[in-house]
Amino acid sequence: MVVQAFAFYLFAGILILSALMVITARNPVHSVLFLILAFFNAAGLFIMLGAEFIGMILVIVYVGAVAVLFLFVVMMLDINFADLRKGAMHYVPLGCAIGALLLFELITLYGMWQKSPTLQANRAVPSEKMADLTNTEMLGTILYTDYIYAFQLAGLILFVAMVGAIVLTHRTRPGVRKQKIADQVSRKAEDVLEIVKVTSNTGV
Amino acid sequence: MEQEGAIGIEHFLILAGIVFTIGVFGIFLNRKNVIVILMSIELMLLAVNINFVAFSAYLDDMAGQVFTMFILTVAAAEAAIGLAILVVFFRNKGSIEVDDISSLRG
Repeated sequence: MVVQAFAFYLFAGILILSALMVITARNPVHSVLFLILAFFNAAGLFIMLGAEFIGMILVIVYVGAVAVLFLFVVMMLDINFADLRKGAMHYVPLGCAIGALLLFELITLYGMWQKSPTLQANRAVPSEKMADLTNTEMLGTILYTDYIYAFQLAGLILFVAMVGAIVLTHRTRPGVRKQKIADQVSRKAEDVLEIVKVTSNTGV
Repeated sequence: MEQEGAIGIEHFLILAGIVFTIGVFGIFLNRKNVIVILMSIELMLLAVNINFVAFSAYLDDMAGQVFTMFILTVAAAEAAIGLAILVVFFRNKGSIEVDDISSLRG
């Protein structure tokens, strides 16, 4: 129990601190790196909760793909980030007020929350039924059966996102000489070659 | 998991609440910088994921973890599209200030 509490407070503390650093860091590259740290600690919490697969997916997808994508974009764009922070302090009182209100409401809500008597019966996929399976096997068992349409739809969303990102950022550059094999193969002698009878002393 | 002093679901819910609030606060603090706003949105989605996984673990219901995967999918798609729009916007305008984006209005 002590070890569990220690692990929770360690991961949660670093998660909150790095989340604060994400929004306060002056350099966006530091923000991205703290975002990676935050995701790592959230993955640790997920593994602590017994959701190993989600924890690993968080590391692979967020740290490996999303955060690195952020890093690329931050480094690729040539922006003076100091100018962007000018006047940021102007919004701090409003942000603090709304943040405090939101946190107060959330904590009040969690304090009032009680388990409903019908909670156990209302569960969608009780995991005791699959107690002999590991977490990954359980997820696979229900993801590819009960949630197959949602799963396919998730694939479609990723596909549309991929197409959208390519369409948005792709640009055709003028003046680039590319080999067009179809044009080369379909080229005929009569299209490009002209045989002219040259009479003497006149030229072409 | 009901012993005295054990880490209960409330710990995770309050943690998620704090992370979500930090995400909201980040939007106010970096009102001009779209990249950090996108990162704040990622933090808020992470807080929602923590809630889903905590409930899933404490109620022994696997559906929460399945939904977490779908949130991850949507978050990844959102980040890809958002950053692509940002790159195109920077190419056209030479800046990423939120105030410049309103040029389409009226």
